[in-house]
Amino acid sequence: MADAIPVSVTVNNRTRRGLVEPRLTLADFLREQALCTGVHLACEHGVCGSCTVLMDGEAVRSCLLFAVQADGSRITTVEGLAPDEQTLHPVQEAFRDCHGLQCGFCTPGFIISVAAFLEANPNPTDDEIRHGIAGNLCRCTGYQGIVAATRQAAAALREEQP
Amino acid sequence: MKPAPFQYHAPETVADAVGLLAEHGDGAKPLAGGQSLVPMLAMRLTRFDHIVDLNRVSEMFGVTADNGGVRIGAMTRQAAVEHDGTIAERVPLLHLATPHIGHFQIRNRGTIGGSVAHADPASEYPAVMLALDGTAEIASTSGTREVPASEYFESTFMTALAPDELLVGLRFAAWEQPAGFAFDEIARRSGDFALAGAAVGIGIDEAGRIDRAAVGMLGVGPTPLRAASVEAALMGLAAADAGADAAEIGRLAADDMDPIGDIHASEEYRRRAGSTLVGRVLGDALAQLTTEASDG
Repeated sequence: MADAIPVSVTVNNRTRRGLVEPRLTLADFLREQALCTGVHLACEHGVCGSCTVLMDGEAVRSCLLFAVQADGSRITTVEGLAPDEQTLHPVQEAFRDCHGLQCGFCTPGFIISVAAFLEANPNPTDDEIRHGIAGNLCRCTGYQGIVAATRQAAAALREEQP
Repeated sequence: MKPAPFQYHAPETVADAVGLLAEHGDGAKPLAGGQSLVPMLAMRLTRFDHIVDLNRVSEMFGVTADNGGVRIGAMTRQAAVEHDGTIAERVPLLHLATPHIGHFQIRNRGTIGGSVAHADPASEYPAVMLALDGTAEIASTSGTREVPASEYFESTFMTALAPDELLVGLRFAAWEQPAGFAFDEIARRSGDFALAGAAVGIGIDEAGRIDRAAVGMLGVGPTPLRAASVEAALMGLAAADAGADAAEIGRLAADDMDPIGDIHASEEYRRRAGSTLVGRVLGDALAQLTTEASDG
């Protein structure tokens, strides 16, 4: 049994300290210790994208990182994206408006990926959107609603920051 | 889907990292971006008593101009390679190949050194490195050595790296002459492992004749491969003539392959699709040359 290692991770602007076994993934740390259960786990080997979070502003698979590696970093999960409890982030609002989800399991990963994608490419073509969401799997929607939501979110974010 | 327990080490220098590898030998594994290693650990396809995390070894990150070419630290993220201006200018093939690696979330963590050390025969950077005669810089407690790509890839997932050695950087020379570069691959789904892929560089002399041909292939053998028959057929041809015959010349690549059949594609399919792809990518590289010539 490997020794537990102390870590300090800023999760959604709050500092979380914990003791982690080296093999504990960041995804499990976020769910079990930081109680961010919006981080969803499906494949647990980097294929499905459900566990996508922002690490120091960049979208990453939290199932492919160990919690020890996140020591000192800044993590944003779907819980930390909206400005406050009453307001949705424009990407979240667009997913609701455009039927970008059905069962909702994949949605947190999509929301994070789309937010990061639009940050890098604020005015994407439909083809670029399809490439941008290719790293997340959805088994319900057939993706049409997700593409439409990404398009709407792009427009809303551009209006927010002209 | 939980890795077996391991001891975690986070060295901050190459010296400390190779010291750990020397100490623990076969029982230790360097962790780069983790986009291949961590799934393998999670699925228990492999396990190590010691994981040596390289993510805090700052000297292993970054791209530097080097003697007209580039030196790329092994821990440089694929996303950084994708967006680096020096690489785009001096080693266009790396720039063109990078978007084919996984998805952007994978490229945010995945590293060029991790890809080359892992040496999956279906991955992009090893084929580019082989096509461009790149060099691996390898460190251990006994010093640093350099291994050319032609001697680096030994078999599937097997390289010249010994268990106590660490890939610290890669070097690529820029091409001096007018050249065209292209990369493409065939995969079942966007971002999935390639069934076959091609990395092509074509250089011409002052008379517009091909005097350098580099054709790398992925997914069609136990290691990345060079299409030597295609390269030989191209030498001395006028670029425009080669462009007209690109599909036919590409078909020669079937003889340079050693594909396996699996659940994703038969041996025959990989050979046919792969050689068709070589012709297509060759056509793309040559088109750049002829377009540039007519523009000039």
